[in-house]
Amino acid sequence: MARTNRDYALLGRDARLAEKIGLVSAAWYHTEIPRKVMKDLMQRGDNPAIRDTIILFATMIGSAAAGIWLWPSWWSAPFWAIYGVLYASAMDSRWHECGHGTAFRTRWLNDAVYQIACFCMLRNPVVWRWSHARHHTDTIIVGHDPEIIAMRPAVVARLILNFFGLFELWGNGKAMVQLIFGYMPATTRSFVPASEQPKAFRIARIWGLIYLGTAALALWLGSILPFMVIGLPILFGSWHMVMTGYMQHLGLAENVLDHRLNSRTVYINPISRFIYWNMNYHVEHHMFPMVPYHALPRLHALIKHDLPPAHPSILSAYAEIIPALARQFRNPDWFVKRQLPPTAKPYRPEFHGDLEPGQPTPGIGGYPFSHAAE
Amino acid sequence: MPWITACSTDDIETEDLMRFDHAGRTFAIYRSPDDEFFCTDGHCTHERVHLADGLVMDYVVECPKHNGQFDYRTGEAVRAPVCVNLATFETRVEDGQVQILIP
Repeated sequence: MARTNRDYALLGRDARLAEKIGLVSAAWYHTEIPRKVMKDLMQRGDNPAIRDTIILFATMIGSAAAGIWLWPSWWSAPFWAIYGVLYASAMDSRWHECGHGTAFRTRWLNDAVYQIACFCMLRNPVVWRWSHARHHTDTIIVGHDPEIIAMRPAVVARLILNFFGLFELWGNGKAMVQLIFGYMPATTRSFVPASEQPKAFRIARIWGLIYLGTAALALWLGSILPFMVIGLPILFGSWHMVMTGYMQHLGLAENVLDHRLNSRTVYINPISRFIYWNMNYHVEHHMFPMVPYHALPRLHALIKHDLPPAHPSILSAYAEIIPALARQFRNPDWFVKRQLPPTAKPYRPEFHGDLEPGQPTPGIGGYPFSHAAE
Repeated sequence: MPWITACSTDDIETEDLMRFDHAGRTFAIYRSPDDEFFCTDGHCTHERVHLADGLVMDYVVECPKHNGQFDYRTGEAVRAPVCVNLATFETRVEDGQVQILIP
């Protein structure tokens, strides 16, 4: 396996270099859309998200009730499977969309669903709001984006174990315990303002009490059943979030200022789109994060002439991702450079250095000034 | 301090905003649902993103990058990730022209 020349640490060498060469908080490429059209796309409404939230919560309550009713029989398993995916995958997309504040027009609805989704995902609502803001400022900028899932070369065992929610549960659980005791690591403090940190501690302590209550109930019942409703679904329901999450950026370019180069749009089935809340339109979402999930198909239709062609299926996306990850074992600089249609504005080499995969490094090392900056 | 003419009242739709640059500074001029005009600093206080591409909803402007929100009448930061208030400037309408007072 080749060693990577990247330093992914949030306060590391590449973080400083990226800043010096202008990759941080930079101006990104946007497809041109008339203001009137954009305004229309950005319009908020409560109805689509209220409808989806009623369906989601009703299905969660129904499947959990059936799971509890049939417990401990194996006949309860299909209901836990449904509940788990909604708890640990659909709630990921609700965390995401409500974190942006675009799901509902009414602010308290966004905030309420955001808090519920954060609790399910065991993601501190303060910390994760700020980490995601950074992900949008510096998407896949090495050393700055805290949400890079697969660092090059990828750790295969970790990528596989993610499907079972192990790192999600362990990492977020550990962070919660740290916050309960008033400790926030320096890397996290680098993107959470000091004024917001007390809120993070307070929420972690409330969650700690809820988990203590759940544990007490489990002990009293002599059963893990309460944890099947709270906490454990992360282990058996994260797979859908991971499957769709891997499609977002894996195998694509790092350290570029054009979402067409580092994000992927994939057409997926309607059930997955409900669970994922249309985040399969990922290039569109990153280019225009103010457009609500329900308007993304319309946005896609308007700008697809300027984007690499969308993958026709999940399988098609993985047919690109898996060979790219395999190739990155031999050459961590390798990435998939998706071809643009003739109707698109070309990529801008002046912003990205040499974009030819692997020749030389399309990462920070590929920028002519990076060595001087170091 | 002289009043500076920023735009015509017809240049901005109701519940919308536009960018105005003057003397090396940049501003955002708003037209409220009640057809009142307001002016703030042009850049979001969270990161250097211009608010002119953002969305006006009632009396709130939302930053196009991270969805932070300000009350553009007072500049108050009302939704994370913005924590620092936005500078505001006095405005008036004279003969169909929106004017702002820049200190």
